[in-house]
Amino acid sequence: MGAQLRVVRRRIASTKSMAKITRAQELIASSRIVKAQQRVRESGPYARQITRAISALVSHNVGVSHPLLAERPESKRAAVLLITSDRGFAGGYNANVIREAEGLMTLLREQGKEPVPYIVGRKGVGWYRFREREYAEEWTGFSDNPRFENAETIGRTLVEEFGKPVEEGGVGEIHVVYTEFVSMLTQTAQVHRLLPLEIEEAEDLPEEQRSHGALPAYDFEPSAQAVLDALLPNYIESRIWHMLLQAAASEHAQRRRAMKSATDNANDVIQNLTRVANQARQAEITQEISEIVGGANALAETSAGSE
Amino acid sequence: MAKLRVELVSPEREIWAGEADMVVAKTIEGEMGILPGHAPVLGVMVDGSVVRIHPSDGGDPVAAMVSGGFFSVASNEVSVLAEYAELGGEIDVRAAREEYERVSAQEGEEAAAAQRRARARLRAAGQEV
Repeated sequence: MGAQLRVVRRRIASTKSMAKITRAQELIASSRIVKAQQRVRESGPYARQITRAISALVSHNVGVSHPLLAERPESKRAAVLLITSDRGFAGGYNANVIREAEGLMTLLREQGKEPVPYIVGRKGVGWYRFREREYAEEWTGFSDNPRFENAETIGRTLVEEFGKPVEEGGVGEIHVVYTEFVSMLTQTAQVHRLLPLEIEEAEDLPEEQRSHGALPAYDFEPSAQAVLDALLPNYIESRIWHMLLQAAASEHAQRRRAMKSATDNANDVIQNLTRVANQARQAEITQEISEIVGGANALAETSAGSE
Repeated sequence: MAKLRVELVSPEREIWAGEADMVVAKTIEGEMGILPGHAPVLGVMVDGSVVRIHPSDGGDPVAAMVSGGFFSVASNEVSVLAEYAELGGEIDVRAAREEYERVSAQEGEEAAAAQRRARARLRAAGQEV
């Protein structure tokens, strides 16, 4: 067998095995998206109810003050939570989040604030480590299948940082950069300000309540302040949980798409290489035939000459 | 008679939803029974307590162990939002009992909270503690 043919055949074999891997990854990711979406849906009722309760509380107690609701313009530090994935093979997923976060941090610096990164996911951590940049804290190992405890831990840490006085390095704002799962085909990296709170409700409220205008006047058990104290951290955790779930669903969706195009691409390469291989084989055969024919002719001529 | 529309949810999933005649939850100030027509209220629940729901289809009361969270009542809608919740029927009584005995032997604030949760778990499962 000719040298070229051998090389091409080896490349075909290796491309085929790569295509097998990416195809498997694609299938795994597609089976996990469904589950991830399901979890996003299941977290819906809680998120809806807690948002409703908070807006009821805040709108009825306009005078109510809580550290988590207060703007703190004197604080020059702003926490930025990056939600990235633990594993690669997901196309532009992590790059998009990191780019968005970089944009946000530049903006914060322009406003005279010092961004403090908090990172979820090994890829983000790796990116920071490689550039020897500093970050405050990392959480890894759950990006594709987060548990509520993870959101709890992150939420507690951030709320604690927010609660610290400015002199001790407390942060005045908390931003989250995550990937929103818009649809199977679209996932966009988003910046969301978590603290101080901006309560988004209107669209989440059911129709009849919106038309009634004001929410009913609530009694609080034991007191409005105590309820607020208990509610706000829960609300933060529920927001983070929701974002972790969205990010996980997006990660699977993007991985599926990246792996699908990798598989398609590998198949194209295989097709092209097969053509090259066929051509090489054909050329080899042609050459062999012409050698045989040439040899036979030469033999015939010499034997004719000798007679 | 009007019914209560009840939703018992935890961040991870909806645990129970349906119509009920009465809901009993425990706040820091004591147990509170909610009947249809109750005034709007937002209450903080005790970490490690039992919520009881009496379904209006006449079935057995549903008991759930909750740890932390709150409930809101408004226009005959009751939402119980627990940080963590488990239905009595889903609790493994033997494991819960072992857990209860283990944490009861310990001392300290953490252990007291754990004990309260373990006790609530057993109560929700219909055990006497």
